[in-house]
Amino acid sequence: MKMNAMSRILRFIFLPFFLLTVGFAQAQLSIEITGAGANRIPVTIVDFPGDPAASRVITSTVRADLERSGLFKLIDHNNLTFDENAPINHADWKSRGADALAAGSIARSADGRMEARFRLYDTQKGVSLGGAAYVTSNAQLRAAGHRIADFIYEKLTGEKGVFSTRIAYVVKARGQFLLQIADSDGQNAATALTSIEPIISPVWSPDGGRLAYVSFEKKKPVIYVHSLASGHRQIVANFKGSNSAPGWSPDGRKLAVVLSKDGFSQLYSVNADGSGLQRLTQSSGIDTEPRYSADGGTIYFTSDRGGSPQVYQMAASGGDIRRVTFEGSYNVSPRPSPDGKSLAFISRREGRFQLAVMDLASRQVQVVSDSNKDESPSFAPNSRMILIATDVGGRGVLSAVSSDGRIKQRLTVAAGDVREPAWGPYYQ
Amino acid sequence: MKKLLIPALLSAILVGCSTTPLPEDTAGAPVESRSGSGTGVASVTADGVDANGLPRELTDPKSKLSQRSIYFDLDKYEVKDEYKDLVASHAKYLSAHKGFKVLLQGNTDERGSREYNLSLGQKRAEAVKRSLTLLGVSEAQIESVSLGEEKPKDAGHDEAAWSQNRRADILYKGADGRGEF
Repeated sequence: MKMNAMSRILRFIFLPFFLLTVGFAQAQLSIEITGAGANRIPVTIVDFPGDPAASRVITSTVRADLERSGLFKLIDHNNLTFDENAPINHADWKSRGADALAAGSIARSADGRMEARFRLYDTQKGVSLGGAAYVTSNAQLRAAGHRIADFIYEKLTGEKGVFSTRIAYVVKARGQFLLQIADSDGQNAATALTSIEPIISPVWSPDGGRLAYVSFEKKKPVIYVHSLASGHRQIVANFKGSNSAPGWSPDGRKLAVVLSKDGFSQLYSVNADGSGLQRLTQSSGIDTEPRYSADGGTIYFTSDRGGSPQVYQMAASGGDIRRVTFEGSYNVSPRPSPDGKSLAFISRREGRFQLAVMDLASRQVQVVSDSNKDESPSFAPNSRMILIATDVGGRGVLSAVSSDGRIKQRLTVAAGDVREPAWGPYYQ
Repeated sequence: MKKLLIPALLSAILVGCSTTPLPEDTAGAPVESRSGSGTGVASVTADGVDANGLPRELTDPKSKLSQRSIYFDLDKYEVKDEYKDLVASHAKYLSAHKGFKVLLQGNTDERGSREYNLSLGQKRAEAVKRSLTLLGVSEAQIESVSLGEEKPKDAGHDEAAWSQNRRADILYKGADGRGEF
């Protein structure tokens, strides 16, 4: 069983080296699990009867997703194949150590489409936990696998899964900057923008259809909104000086931005089409990195108004400014969690830049990474994992860390630096 | 305007690289770089303008005005006392040559938040701008921008590199539009 898990991990690591020969545009992220939860749920996914090749893609996607989450321990399925309606010997699976089991099938319809069906069982109680059917196609088999993994994850942990989500990040390689979009497992990477000038600060619109980001292609920082399906790009802010740090309002209508048009970095809000500019802060120092809270009522931001960069909050309409971080002389990049309960930020401690998470109710702060150069945290939509940019051996990599610091994954690209991650919203 | 920008920036980058204090690096004419290659020919450039069309006094390493970089401490954006003379020299030149413009580019080291560094670089450029205007330079002659941590002069990952990258550079442009930006 351990060998199986290992070979799966190795496949993830080595796959990108083969893909490299296909072409750099395909540069895939590879994911390595470097830490797992303490109490992992033992689960078995048996092979689906029907189309063996399609079954392999779907079940391996489900298994890899569950394994990567750090919350599940995969119990060997002994190469067994049976469908969702076959009788289950619960006592037998229980004795093999599996608390839950999923079985399914793949049916091909006359029009070439496929239907992936599955059912999840609780072997402890000997009951079905429900199932679902997803219409899919050869090109969408992995997506169907992610949906099944999300179903299993939600039934067994009680919170929504994020396997069907996408992530955005910037790759720097060969003197170019690539803004890429990939599935949450690093597969299906596609390049949305290529530039010889830096691209920073991508953020997903709440509907998952657009990215706002800062591009230096006009030889200075300018904010764009980029529709992913069409490739259409719109300039949202291109004033004198720097235009940067976009953060979407939860309704997707506005962006909080940072403009230096009046000399230094101040916060403004602007409609997503670039109209309706409003100044939000009036300070003589640096105000930057605005992020709306999930309820839209508060903006968290970084400011040096107290003498060192710290996290502050204010009313989304401006005013009622309060300091949020107090420990240390450098706390930046605040990111409120989607569930509104916590705040991730980067804290400098004894010269190390580390990911910290504050519980907003108790204001307790916990450092959850053990790296030195963490940047740009981004919450998964279920608030459980946080994606960060960090550095391993002088190379930029991404790392996903659970908000309690236990589970860790590392995402790398074979031939370049990866940075500026942004975790997209739930699949819609 | 757009057409001008790329060659202008390229030349700005070339000149930007040549603002180190080493005399053999500072001259604008590329032929001088061959002088050490064993040809036995000492290269001399006539008085007048350099390759960017700027007066020699702005680029001649013997001139104080060829020093264009102001370095900052970690997290700081105050112009240190040791650069007051340098800033004063540039202020004097700009006050006497109203047709000239400067682009102030603020930079930071690679550590910490990219966005915060973009703002910090802006503050550094603004600090130099304020020093110049306090000494009588017209605001209309100055533009300040930030490159944040995105364009490191030294690509290393240690304090030696970081100290080089916590910097504001002064780039010149003459009344005829020729220059370093």
